[in-house]
Parts: sequence; C-alpha cells; structure tokens
Amino acid sequence: MTDLPTDLTRASAADLAGALASGTISSVEVTQAHLDRIAAVDGQVHSYLHVDGAGALAQARAVDERRRAGETLGALAGVPIAVKDVMTTKGLPTTCGSKILEGWIPPYDATVVSKLREAGLPILGKTNMDEFAMGSSTEHSAYGPSHNPWDLDRIPGGSGGGSSSVLASFQAPLATGTDTGGSIRQPAAVTATVGTKPTYGGVSRYGLVALASSLDQAGPCGRTVLDTALLHAVMGGHDPMDSTSIDAPVPPVVEAARAASVKGMRIGVVKELGGEGYQPGVRARFDESVALLEELGAQVVEVSCPNFEYALATYYLILPSEASSNLAKFDAMRYGMRVLPEGVDAPSAEQVMAATRDAGFGPEVKRRIILGTYALSSGYYDAYYGSAQKVRALIAQDFDEAYAQVDVLVSPTAPTTAFKLGDKLEDPMAMYLNDIATIPANLAGVPGMSIPSGLADEDGLPAGIQILAPAMKDERLYSVGAALEAALVDRWGGPILDRAPELGAAAAKGA
Amino acid sequence: MSSLSRDDVAHLAGLARIELSDAELDRMVGELGVILESVAKVQQAPTDGVAPMSHPMPLTNVTRPDVVRPSLGAEAVLAGAPEAEQQRFSVPRILDED
Repeated sequence: MTDLPTDLTRASAADLAGALASGTISSVEVTQAHLDRIAAVDGQVHSYLHVDGAGALAQARAVDERRRAGETLGALAGVPIAVKDVMTTKGLPTTCGSKILEGWIPPYDATVVSKLREAGLPILGKTNMDEFAMGSSTEHSAYGPSHNPWDLDRIPGGSGGGSSSVLASFQAPLATGTDTGGSIRQPAAVTATVGTKPTYGGVSRYGLVALASSLDQAGPCGRTVLDTALLHAVMGGHDPMDSTSIDAPVPPVVEAARAASVKGMRIGVVKELGGEGYQPGVRARFDESVALLEELGAQVVEVSCPNFEYALATYYLILPSEASSNLAKFDAMRYGMRVLPEGVDAPSAEQVMAATRDAGFGPEVKRRIILGTYALSSGYYDAYYGSAQKVRALIAQDFDEAYAQVDVLVSPTAPTTAFKLGDKLEDPMAMYLNDIATIPANLAGVPGMSIPSGLADEDGLPAGIQILAPAMKDERLYSVGAALEAALVDRWGGPILDRAPELGAAAAKGA
Repeated sequence: MSSLSRDDVAHLAGLARIELSDAELDRMVGELGVILESVAKVQQAPTDGVAPMSHPMPLTNVTRPDVVRPSLGAEAVLAGAPEAEQQRFSVPRILDED
C-alpha cells in the first residue's frame, strides 16, 4: 500500500480509497481536510459556487458507519467529490452559472448524482461554470470567473473551469464534468489535470440541464488517469430515465488504466489538428508525447480527417439551434427568476418572459439563442442547420475511415495554454477557437480524453494531449492515457501538479 | 444572405422571447454578423448526396415498461415557482385585454 501524504488533499483518489478500505483513515478526516483546504484557498481560486460542508460531513459519517458495520462498499466509498453546477442536486442549489436559476433548489437528483450518493462519495459542493456551459473560460459565469491555480490571472478553461481548478488546487480529489464541445477536456488541458468525455450515451443525461442534447455528455475529471477511470466506472451505465443512454455495460476502463499498455497499438496523429494556430510549446509537448508512445511500443502513423476543417462551423450551428430550443424552458413560469417589464401595467406572460430572459441570461447565452433561432428559421434552415447536419455526417465518416486504419487518434487538446482573463471575452470567435480540436468528437459521439503533456517552454503553463477512440471503446483512452502518464511522470520525476505554485492562505474565504 | 440587419436581430430576439435593450441590439448585430460569416463555411463542404445526421446514435422507438412509479409531489414541484396559488403555478395574464 502506498503511504499517504501528510496533507490528505495531495493524495490520489485511488490511494485515499485504499486507505479508507483498510481503515487507516476515515471519510470524515478526508472530507474535513478538503473542507479546510477550500476555506484556505477558494477565496483566490473561486472554484465553488456552493460549498456544503455539513452535508458532506454527514455523508462521510454515514459511509464510515457503513464500513464499520462491515458492509461491502464501492471502490470510491468515502472519497469526496465536487459536482459541476449543471447537475441537479436535491436540496443543494443548482444554477448552471446563470442568474436565471439563482437560488433554485432542485427537487430531485440527476442520475449521476444518485450514483455518486449510492457509491458513498460525499459531495463537497457545486463547481463554477460558464453560464449553461457556453464558454471556454468560466468568464461567462454570472457569478464571476474561476482562476487557474497555475496563474491566478489566467483562465482555468471552460465550461468546466470550476471542476478543473478544484482539482489543480487540491480542493477535491475528483470532480464531475459535462462536455458538449470540449468542456471537460479543454479545462483539463490548461490546468494539467485529466478529463474524459465518454462515448455519447455512456453516462446518463437525466437531471443534467441540457445545452445541446445531441452533443452533451457527462464525464469524470481527476488528477490521474486511474482516478478518472474509477470515477468513470461509478458514473457510467444504462439509465432507463435517459432513452439515449447506452444499454450495455460500462467499458472496462479501470482494468485498462491499471494495465496501462500501448504495446502493438496503432495510433493515428490527426493531420488537421495541430498545424497553424497551435502554440509552439503545445506542439512541442505533443510531439514528445507521440515519440514516447512509439518508445512504449505503439505504432504511430499520420491520419487525415479532411472534413474536420468544417467542424467548428458545423458545431456553432448545431449547438445554438439545439440550445435555443432547450433554453426555451426558462420562461419565468415554473422555476427560476421572474422579472416584470418596467413601465408596463398588467404585463402579459409573454412580456414577463421576455423581460426575465433579458435580465436572467448573460450576453453569450443571448447570442447563441438568437443565432440558433436564426439557423432554424424558415428560409435559412437548409442553408445553415440543414448543411451543418450533412457536414456532421461527413465528420463522423472521417472518424470511421480513420478507425479502420488505427485504434486511437491523438492531437493536442487545445491550441494554446491558458490565456489571461479578459483576453478573449470581447471576441466570441476567438473564444470559440479554443475548442477546435475537441469539437469533432462531440459531433460524432466518440469518446475522448485529455491528459497533461507537460509545460510549454514559452510560458511555463500546462499543455494537454487528447486521445480519441471509437464509440464504445472508451477503455482504449485509459490504456493509452495511463501508459503515457506513467512514462511522462517518470520523466518529470513526479506528478506535474507538484510544479504548480503554492497558493497562499492569505485570502482565506470567510465562512 | 448572411448579413443581418438591426431589424432582423430585433425580430429574432422577439421570436426567442428576449427583450434586448438598444445597446444590446447594437452590439449583437455586429457580433452575429462575424459569427454568421464564419459558420457559413459549412456551405462549402462537399455535401452532395450526404444524408443529414441529427444524432450520434441511430436510435428508434426506445421504450420502457409501462409501470407506475413514484413522482414528485405538488409541493416539491411548486417549491421553485416564482408564484404559486392553490397547488398551481400562478402566471401573468395570457390573453390580450381587448
């Protein structure tokens, strides 16, 4: 058994789980250590929108009692977790980073959250995100951005920047995410953490506030590939409450992460992802990782996916179209904010709706709803939404052809390292480009993972490598990810997050 | 085709039930113009004869057993409502006065 560090917040989820199972530590101790860490550093990082100390400790005590009573518990029982604020949590606020849901307390748990509770993972709190998951920086959160623990003036990625920064600042050993165009993978890349977007349908969407239903996929976030696999196994699986969830067992992700082998595997480098627009340091770390994979016994070839060129344009038609429809439910009638229009006597329901949606939605949400309304409007449907659906088929076909030649594909996860807060806020297209390498997987429904590839020479900030596998072959991500991670950690002489600057305890958050 | 006028954006915002201020409208016209120009790239892709794809999984007629199961009570459902009355959602007037 691995010795635990004195500071429990530095331990991996797998090591914590081992120590909990052997009775060396209690869940209350682990949970309290994380709550203390949150109190010390979240004033600077702003990862959490809501912290539930009392609830987390109550869950921890319950798990400890069950263990003492000799119950057989799940692998992660007692390991605390942070939950992205897009997942409904009974009794805990769920805002999706939006003013329109400020103070909303859902009457039910998302299936993912039910699974976490059943598996005995105390929920520390809800993590920050771009409003309704629209963004790549958390700057579109109505509650202010989260900060990158590597440099507090920089973005932690988005939309899941709360979850990525929680992990990189040791405020939780595990977190949940959702990935519609890269919201798990890009935040992982810019914070030197790990994140997986499973195959579409691999994790239930029930109780997740929908952004774009044909693209949304929940997944696990961790600091190591094995931790991420352990959480994937808890979150995944068929759910009758989500008719698009896959009716098949969760792929053997934990076994793959433990085996950590790429011997004899065929790996394709995607020609279209990694050229112009990719930062030299990101590119250099990627090339090194590819060379390492070859040393580890994989066969590496270049693969072309010619229609990926159109992926960004396709995505920014399909996503807004689906989002404009999904967000129509925020109508000021059944839940959330209600604002009356100024200077109108006895306003109609429609006027109240329009005033509320103006006051409750932020600029990016309004932009995408209006764009989607346009793309779906008669006269323009064929030119925009219709064309996008056809290109989507071409992109899926590119993946099919690529996977006929190779077992997995790789690319840099994001084109750059973390940029400064504010740098791209006024330029929507520049913000959208952050997801250029992650979007194709969502369009086709195939699984993807990001793991740290190192620090870029020019700025000393983390870069990520993306691994993509065929649908339902999620375990391949973990085989490649774990093998590469082991080789990289060996080369670095320890986990990359050991090199992140210490966060001072000066700006401790008030209770 | 891909350029939107201020009136177009105001009309779309109305369809989407978002009451934009004048300043928001001004800003949105420019931003949407840039985005539309960029996404129009889909029209250059070789899509002749390609069937549209709406979803990653080819699913049809997913069913589940038709059995009674517990659902949320009225109190829980109404707990998040802006206004409720007599176990119902209370909404502003839905008809014009004339």
